[in-house]
Amino acid sequence: MTRHYSALSVLKEGLTGQKGWTPAWRHATPQRDYDAIVIGGGGHGLATAYYLAKSYGLKRVALVEKGWLGGGNTGRNTTVIRSNYFYPESAALFDMSLKLYEGLSRELNYNLMFSQRGMMVLAHSEGEMEIAARSTNAMRLNGVDAELLTRAEVQKRAPILNFSAEARFPIWGAVNQPRAGTARHDAVAWAYARAANALGVDICETCEVTGFVREAGRVVGVETTKGEVRAARIGMAVAGQSSHLMTMLGSALPLRTYTLQAFVSEPVKPIMDTVAFSPKTGTYFSQSDKGEMVFGGALDRVPGFTQRGNPPMMEAVIAGLLEMAPSLSHLRMLRHWAGAVDVTPDSSPIIGPVGDVMISCGWGTGGFKAIPAGGALLAHLLAKDEHHPVSRPFDISRFATGALIDEGAASGIAH
Amino acid sequence: MQSFPCPFCGPRPEPEFLFVTEMGKTRPEPAAEVSAPVWAAYLHDVKNIKGEVAEVWQHLPCGQLYLMRRDTTTMAVLGVQSFRKGGAA
Amino acid sequence: MNFTFDGMDLTGRPGDTIAAALLRAQVRIVNRSFKYHRPRGLWGAWVEEPNAILDVTLNGVRTPNCRATTTPLAAGMAIESVNTALTARRDPLAVLDRFARFIPAAFYYKTFLWPSWHLFEPTIRKMAGLGRMDGTQDFVPAAPQRHETAELLVIGAGPAGLEAALAAARAGLDVVLIDDRDTPGGSLIDRAERLEGQSPADWAAALISAFRAAGGRYLPATTAFGAYDHGLFLLAQRRDHPAAPALIRLRADRAILATGAIERPLTFVDNDRPGILSLHAGQAYLNRYGVLAGQRIAILSTGDAQTAAAQFRAAGAAVEVIEAGEGRAEVEAVHWSARHLRGLSLSDGRRIDCDTILASGGWTPAVHLHCQTGGKLDWREDIQAFVPRADRPQILTIGAAAGTFATDEARSDALIAARGDRPALRAQDPVRKAWPQLGQPRRAWVDFQNDVTVKDVELAGRENMRAVEHLKRYTTLGMANDQGKISNMPGLATMAAIRQVPIPEIGTTTFRPPFDPVSLATLAGPKREALFAPPKRLVLEPLHRAAGALMREYGGWLRPAVYTDVEAEVSAARDHVTLFDGSPLGKIDVYGPDAARFMDFIYYNTMGNLKPGRARYGFLLTEGGIIFDDGILFRQSEHHFSVSCSSSHVDQVANMLDLWRQDQFDPDRVFIQDATPHWATLTLAGPKARALMARLDFGIPLDDASMPHLSVVQKDGMRIARVSFTGDCSYEISVPARAAAALWQRIVTTGRDFGLALQGVEALAILRMEKGLIFVGKDTDGTTMPHDLGFAAPREKKPVEFVGKRSLFTETASRPDRLQLVGLACQGAPLPVGGHATAPGQPASQGYVTSSAHSPTLGKPIALALIAGGLGRMGEEVEVYHLGQRRRATICPGCFVDPEWERLNA
Repeated sequence: MTRHYSALSVLKEGLTGQKGWTPAWRHATPQRDYDAIVIGGGGHGLATAYYLAKSYGLKRVALVEKGWLGGGNTGRNTTVIRSNYFYPESAALFDMSLKLYEGLSRELNYNLMFSQRGMMVLAHSEGEMEIAARSTNAMRLNGVDAELLTRAEVQKRAPILNFSAEARFPIWGAVNQPRAGTARHDAVAWAYARAANALGVDICETCEVTGFVREAGRVVGVETTKGEVRAARIGMAVAGQSSHLMTMLGSALPLRTYTLQAFVSEPVKPIMDTVAFSPKTGTYFSQSDKGEMVFGGALDRVPGFTQRGNPPMMEAVIAGLLEMAPSLSHLRMLRHWAGAVDVTPDSSPIIGPVGDVMISCGWGTGGFKAIPAGGALLAHLLAKDEHHPVSRPFDISRFATGALIDEGAASGIAH
Repeated sequence: MQSFPCPFCGPRPEPEFLFVTEMGKTRPEPAAEVSAPVWAAYLHDVKNIKGEVAEVWQHLPCGQLYLMRRDTTTMAVLGVQSFRKGGAA
Repeated sequence: MNFTFDGMDLTGRPGDTIAAALLRAQVRIVNRSFKYHRPRGLWGAWVEEPNAILDVTLNGVRTPNCRATTTPLAAGMAIESVNTALTARRDPLAVLDRFARFIPAAFYYKTFLWPSWHLFEPTIRKMAGLGRMDGTQDFVPAAPQRHETAELLVIGAGPAGLEAALAAARAGLDVVLIDDRDTPGGSLIDRAERLEGQSPADWAAALISAFRAAGGRYLPATTAFGAYDHGLFLLAQRRDHPAAPALIRLRADRAILATGAIERPLTFVDNDRPGILSLHAGQAYLNRYGVLAGQRIAILSTGDAQTAAAQFRAAGAAVEVIEAGEGRAEVEAVHWSARHLRGLSLSDGRRIDCDTILASGGWTPAVHLHCQTGGKLDWREDIQAFVPRADRPQILTIGAAAGTFATDEARSDALIAARGDRPALRAQDPVRKAWPQLGQPRRAWVDFQNDVTVKDVELAGRENMRAVEHLKRYTTLGMANDQGKISNMPGLATMAAIRQVPIPEIGTTTFRPPFDPVSLATLAGPKREALFAPPKRLVLEPLHRAAGALMREYGGWLRPAVYTDVEAEVSAARDHVTLFDGSPLGKIDVYGPDAARFMDFIYYNTMGNLKPGRARYGFLLTEGGIIFDDGILFRQSEHHFSVSCSSSHVDQVANMLDLWRQDQFDPDRVFIQDATPHWATLTLAGPKARALMARLDFGIPLDDASMPHLSVVQKDGMRIARVSFTGDCSYEISVPARAAAALWQRIVTTGRDFGLALQGVEALAILRMEKGLIFVGKDTDGTTMPHDLGFAAPREKKPVEFVGKRSLFTETASRPDRLQLVGLACQGAPLPVGGHATAPGQPASQGYVTSSAHSPTLGKPIALALIAGGLGRMGEEVEVYHLGQRRRATICPGCFVDPEWERLNA
């Protein structure tokens, strides 16, 4: 039996038909009682379960997932990892995540293909260059790597971008974060599942939460399609299902669920070596290791839970992509899909207690990059029953105090 | 691209419409008597129902607000109603 | 028709696809596989083809990843294989296949951990990808886009679709019939199946004529690639290569899917060898293109292949038919040498010499569009396939797509569907199962393009990647450019066998659009360059250009940035008078008996007590208390106000007003009209503005008593306002847009005596900065409230409700360290906009510079900044950090020029 992943073990297994590999995680059936229950088998939930076992030594942890692991937004996003944020609170959160990602493949013994190929946020006018400078300086003061690129430097990094005189939005420069990049999204879920499983976490797939168990006014467990499961600590990281589950507890959240679409082209040989985002065209793209252009844009304008694409935004995103890089007009779209993302009023996540449950939600369009930090912080909350300094600003109480963390605000947008 | 019925203009394509808010919120006033949690709930909390919802929408070309009931899981439109006195149902 | 393939000169015939032409030219190896660089030939004849994905250059335009089976051949095409180091025939990377056992599915998750993925990734990336695109190419010509509607959309012009479309059209329905082939007939043509004594082409053509005569619309060469909400289908209509297909957005009340079925491969050892095609493809090449796939053909089929065999024999081939599937002999080896298929050996000891194997493992109904709309599938044991469940009221599926394969049955079902009824399910003779066998010693391919074998599926099972989506994502099965059209079913069946459950318990992956890859240009349509978010343009643009203006975009408007020299324009505005085109300024009229009360609710400032003919500066807030816009409100008369909002916010402000009007007011007592495009506004500013106004003689008194600062008069269809965004005496003359050019010319001519200069937006940016006047969104951000700018009175004193009021009193809104707008004074060059203020040497940001320039009026740098607690820190020194450099600056009041505002009336 081979459990450890390495080139050597793959070679060794190659001699015996790759037959010695063991399951990446067991199919567990939930027991009656645990130290902690994590609801949601996406990246955030799996990471939470892993850190509960690894960092806080909890022995009896159950993770319940209604479908298959990583089947929500973990497996539907465009894989960008970055921490190019303006406010110190956001920078602390997302750079904590980025730093965890930087060591994660080795920690989890799983190649997540985290490729730090940089990400450029393009600026298309003098005014946008000023905002870009404002962002670059903020990032640097926050301790995050950032550089302000000129047009020529952008062209050197991504020659296929639109440098034509006819470009609707001429490129003036960009904010670049060299440490940003992409990773293999599914692998993040699988790697955390495998590592959590190895630490004894019960990962229960196709186990849907249908209600909560209360005793003496306190939530003491969950009802699932595989029976009642109890624990003193309950954590929840279920993205687009957050409102639905919290309604069972009688709590309304400041969340609205929208469809976010994503797209890939047919694969081509490498031609785009970094990630580029144009706020003006509303589109970002990168090229996957497989060769596909992976791209996306804004949320659909109609709230909903459909997890499928809709032409108006698709056409807008694709027109934006081609305006960014006209030569891509020679490619075809291979596939488009969508996820249900939960969006808060300030587009920052909510981490912390709501009633008797610790929740991590509202990651909106950017949850994938936050998986390691989101998991570590939710695990901290569950284990210690108090905020980690990094998660405290993201407590739900900020909506009453008015201390919103609105990254859009930094670029002058009034919400 | 969905097709929504405007009570005033008939079926029109989705890009002509703006989602405004869920039905059922009342602006708490006067400001001096509204607590921070009540104001925050008014500003931010939403039911965000998976399934049948009643919402306020605006048809941008005519500008009118109206009530639309629809299903957020199937995207089926279940009915629309004008807020105007004597408006078409 | 001459073309080249991998440098070889070849000839095809008109009507050929690239694939047909290659087969005709006896090119058997058309490509290499993605991972192992195995030689690959054609498998299919249409959209299901996984192997023949080729780069095509025609007339200098390179189009990567063209599917050879669906791309019509054009003379002069230069066609190249992909995934090859040299050519499809000779690829040194084929050596990788020898190491296949060491690079199974998902090996990359287990390796490349040391020293770092970054070391290996560039090599892996180069190995991946299919075609090569040319990044220096410009846009392909824009694809046309149009809308259509239909009462009934019929997809597929095979026998079932043709009958359904004709019957529905004759019954009076508005019917659109589409088919992805150039000619109708569908599988009848592939199989050369005669109907009613006619050739399939004649029969289909006759039905099309009758359909058209009945008013039907037939769109050939059109693929329905996506089905969306509310009856919308996206169609791609082919145009001559390399033009991107046209997009048709068709909304149908109902749809009939007659999309046929796709033949399944047989999963035997080395089943990916060139020369192994689907039986259906073999027939299609013969019957459509007159190309015989081989001279010695072995047919391996789970169904009846005698008709097909007879056709091949009639064309001159030697044919052997071998029954395949459960209970029959297995293929033990495919003989391949010197790049040619030589034959096969069966488990019963037979050896068959052949140059071509035509395989059929049964049929998979094309259910994609049904599933894209959210439709579910039912498993049918008789045909070993999923068919659409009757769960979409507006969509009926008929013919092979519904599992009804016999032509006569499909045709009679079509008539039922044409009436809007759902045909009953028809039991079929059970097919012989032919699913992949587990535990085979050698490799049998499930996904050809992505090189996924049965062993890989077994490995996934071993590692608990057993959910169908995990299987797909772990092995990449079904993720190739055919999106699993031929690989998904064998893959599912393999996993079912591993888990020892029935196939339907495994389920399917989600069917996502597009059914067939669709050009990005098709979806983008004309939205490119100037047509991508077209800028708003001024009625006077020709005059600005004639005056030498540099035009730039500001807030969506293309405006004169500068005419001659920014500093000279500033000086002219301070010393003489300037003319500025202020037309984009918002002019939203609010009328009605409740208008005054409405304005009080909408504005932060008290507005209801404004006198007619007067104006006041104020803020519009969001309900969150944030400054959304600022500007002047004019009271034109008792029941008429004009909101002069920022030029970049007009649409949003107009809509915000309308939403509040309908939510909080009686909409019959307040009315809103955005009149911005109706007016052009010419602004005169400077100490000589009043004298110039007098010379222009609009017939209005200009003295400070009759027309003070912040007043407005209406005269001869003009609105003349005295307001100032420069700090000097200034008039805004608004005239109907058609009258603007004449007025502009008159002002320019008359102004000569007063030293009039034209002034662009850049000069205005400095003029207002000298006065500490803000641009919302530049000098404010999404946290800024009015009291952060020093406008605290309404917050403290305004008694009535207004938008955002309660939000101005949250804990955060009351903090002393809020970002507040101040001036910054410094030595030397102007401060960098975007530089952050810090305590000396400290990293923590205390705010940032929002505007900065050299002031021509003062001859020194000036800046505005949002600084934490700045209004209480006058005279304090801060450092300004910018890209690693730090400079000293001093906090000062934001108004640098004429702080007493004496110039307003000078």
